[in-house]
Amino acid sequence: MSTNVLMMKDVTMQFGGVVAVDNLSLEVNKGEIVSLIGPNGAGKTTAFNVVTGVYAPTNGAVYFNGNKIVENYPSGKMKKNYAGKENGKYTKRIEPTPDKITALGVARTFQNIRLWKSQDVFTNVLIAKHLRRTSNVFTATFRLNRAEENRQRKEVEELLKMLDLWEVRNELCTSLPYGLQRRLEIARALATEPTLLLLDEPAAGMNPQETAELTAFIEKIRTDFNLTILMIEHHMDLVMDISDRIYVLNFGALIASGTPGEIQNNPEVIAAYLGEKEE
Amino acid sequence: MNTAINSKKHKDYIIGFGLLILLLGTITVLEQILPRTSMIFTVLKKGAIYALVAVSMNLLNGFTGLFSLGQAGFMLLGAYTYAIFTIPVAARPQVYQYFDGGIIQFTIPVAAALILSGLVAAFFAYLIGLPVLHLKSDYLAIATLGFAEILRAIFQWDKIGVITNGSNLLKKYPVFKSCLFYFAVAIICITLIVLLINSTYGRAFKAIRDDEVAAEAMGINLAKHKQLSFVISSFFAGISGALLAIFQTTIQAKQFTSAMTYEILLIVVIGGIGSITGSCISSFLFIACSEWLLRFLDDAKLNFSSVQIFRPGFRKVVFAIVIMAIVLFYQKGIMGDKEFSFSRFTQSVKKLFPGFKKAKVIKSKSEGAAE
Amino acid sequence: MEFLQTNLPYFLAGISTGGQYALIAIGYTMVYGILRLINFAHGDVFMAAGLIMIYSYTIMPLWISIPFTIILTVLLGFSIERVAYKPLRTAPRMSIMISAIGMSYLLQNFALYITGGLTKFFPSIPWISDSITIFGAVTKRVTVITPFLTIFLVISLVYLIKHTKIGMAMRAVSKDFETSELMGIKVDTVISSTFIIGSFLAAVGSLLFFSNYSGVTPTVGAMPGLKAFVAAVFGGIGSIPGAVIGAFLIGICENIIKGLGWTTFSDAFTFVLLIAVLMFMPTGIFGEKQTDKV
Repeated sequence: MSTNVLMMKDVTMQFGGVVAVDNLSLEVNKGEIVSLIGPNGAGKTTAFNVVTGVYAPTNGAVYFNGNKIVENYPSGKMKKNYAGKENGKYTKRIEPTPDKITALGVARTFQNIRLWKSQDVFTNVLIAKHLRRTSNVFTATFRLNRAEENRQRKEVEELLKMLDLWEVRNELCTSLPYGLQRRLEIARALATEPTLLLLDEPAAGMNPQETAELTAFIEKIRTDFNLTILMIEHHMDLVMDISDRIYVLNFGALIASGTPGEIQNNPEVIAAYLGEKEE
Repeated sequence: MNTAINSKKHKDYIIGFGLLILLLGTITVLEQILPRTSMIFTVLKKGAIYALVAVSMNLLNGFTGLFSLGQAGFMLLGAYTYAIFTIPVAARPQVYQYFDGGIIQFTIPVAAALILSGLVAAFFAYLIGLPVLHLKSDYLAIATLGFAEILRAIFQWDKIGVITNGSNLLKKYPVFKSCLFYFAVAIICITLIVLLINSTYGRAFKAIRDDEVAAEAMGINLAKHKQLSFVISSFFAGISGALLAIFQTTIQAKQFTSAMTYEILLIVVIGGIGSITGSCISSFLFIACSEWLLRFLDDAKLNFSSVQIFRPGFRKVVFAIVIMAIVLFYQKGIMGDKEFSFSRFTQSVKKLFPGFKKAKVIKSKSEGAAE
Repeated sequence: MEFLQTNLPYFLAGISTGGQYALIAIGYTMVYGILRLINFAHGDVFMAAGLIMIYSYTIMPLWISIPFTIILTVLLGFSIERVAYKPLRTAPRMSIMISAIGMSYLLQNFALYITGGLTKFFPSIPWISDSITIFGAVTKRVTVITPFLTIFLVISLVYLIKHTKIGMAMRAVSKDFETSELMGIKVDTVISSTFIIGSFLAAVGSLLFFSNYSGVTPTVGAMPGLKAFVAAVFGGIGSIPGAVIGAFLIGICENIIKGLGWTTFSDAFTFVLLIAVLMFMPTGIFGEKQTDKV
């Protein structure tokens, strides 16, 4: 329990009649890379959105470093339609906005890259440091916060150098090749100084070589930044190579969990998602 | 590479600053030689006022991405605050003649009144912002428009006439004839806005504009920052309202219609959403065109046939067509989302003279060969 | 009986203005439903119809000028869409809204130019503008006709939307623009039809409105336009019955407020209603909630 960085318990997410996430419980321990896999529409990104506070779950709770950060139970209207289990177990409403959860140390990237298109690479990462500021609007406007500004710029510089983005720091982020944009989004997430990093399909659209580079990259940042990582991914080579454990989702529900070896041989997973090996 | 950009920027700032001093100097000289009522001063004063409110609207719409149409309401608040608190006590019985001189029987210094006009507008913005800022852009526009109209109705209400003089004019408050006053206030305020935009908070605003989901995910509290932008923008809109009151020497709530907000919006669009220098430039252009230039289009004497095309009002029609043309074809406006920079300006001028460039290339080539 | 006598005129005026607002509101709600655009120029199209009627009446008899006005107004609405909105369909939302505002500005200034700033007076259409007495209250016949005509037109429109091909196309486009395009629906035709219907109703509304309040100024369309939009928001943007109910509500309350003597606030009521709706019931009474996918 104490090495548990993230724990989701009985999380259900229901939109009207559609159950996107069905009673999901999972945990991620310190320093692990855990993958969340499953067919499209299985509810993986929705689960991310619950963890990061974009959606308040219909039912269930999320714990970060042992502290409960999200909790909810079905309200009046939803009670009628609620198809899930674990009724009555959750009694409080804790619905923080995403920025509060990021401030605690949880950062994420997006399935479709969401960079700030009008800004260059350096600024994209610098903006992500804004939440760690202690200055207010007045001290910032009257430039009384020079020390803090310079310190943060230095931190961004170091981060960009570590991630091999320093060369392109003045480029508009939209002019970067796709792979670099994805790396920039990760750099931006790292700038918020997280302990838990949620990667949503980081290898999407990459060829095998780029994927191999990404694999090494993710392992590198885990070590360099002392991170715990939860990743949604479809590229099975990346998933199997790098994950300590894997959770498999189908139609919003957990159908299997275990080490890469166990998952690869799990018949249910093969039937739902992985497919038979070609002879 | 970074230092090269920085020194270019520094050069731009210095040149810009120099131009500003030049401008102020020119105005001072003009005020000595031209009569007070000259049209040029009207354009300059009104231009400065609208430049300030346009920049404040740009802060909100262009830099934070919040489409608000409430500017006229905040100008109204600022104008009235200034007037109410600076009308000399001796003049109050005459101004507030239907309300027994009104209940406010003191005045505060002009500088304090200016700041207060901003604060009152900011306060109302804070109240309005709470329920409204999370709405989608079109709904936000209509809601803020609605609030501005409600304010306009309230300020004409007789029941609070003891403060606002109901639907009657407010007058006799201290005014300033010199352009320099308007420019001084406008320049100070716009400088503050520029400082804000280039600070970490300004960057946070731009992040909200570009992608607020990502901004929130990176730890920027949307509600707080939107409120901040709204309140600050309204603060400066309030001050510009006070300036307008000073310029007009009388004010009445019913002039602060949504049409006024639309004009400010058009100024912002023409200048370029997201460009402060654009808003300033287009403000002066807009005021010049609507007050001064193109007046000949209204001159009936220009008609060469029995068809009276040129008559009063034609100017505004041509003007409106030009605006539509800009909106449709020139969506980025004059400056787009870039600021006017002297170095870029000289670069584009240089492009017009290819001979100049060729000579330079030949020169450097020969120098290179010589090595 | 006296209560009725004093208040009936206000109530009648209420359902009459309500009906006129409803005809304008339908234009707003239909356009917003399909294009997600608040057509700021719609109120000015309403005003333009009034002016067209006034000017055409000077050169043609009533029975020609009425259809002429309607046709010209429809043409105007159609052209505005083609010129000012169609080119900006792929532009960011703000651009198209600014275009609508610019169009409104243009129409108002053009009207100002044509009329020279003088208030023009709408011709009295015989029989409609005649005074009649109901239960002792004196009013114009048009105030009684308006609600019935409005309801008839609304029912026809709802029938059109529910039971014709073009109506189905309209519903499809307002649900999902891109998919409708992919499914082969001629989106341009649908959008043009929307504007044509909206302008037609605005023209009819203007005939009724100005038969009652005969002064036409360049800015006369701004307030009714804004109120009609609020009615549409109240009813749930995209819902025609909702917009109609909202419009009648605004018309009635507005006139009740006038009757109570608070005339300065009759306009403000509309905005208070708007704020209340946006705060407590943003999707309106018949609207649908939409969740954004992250």
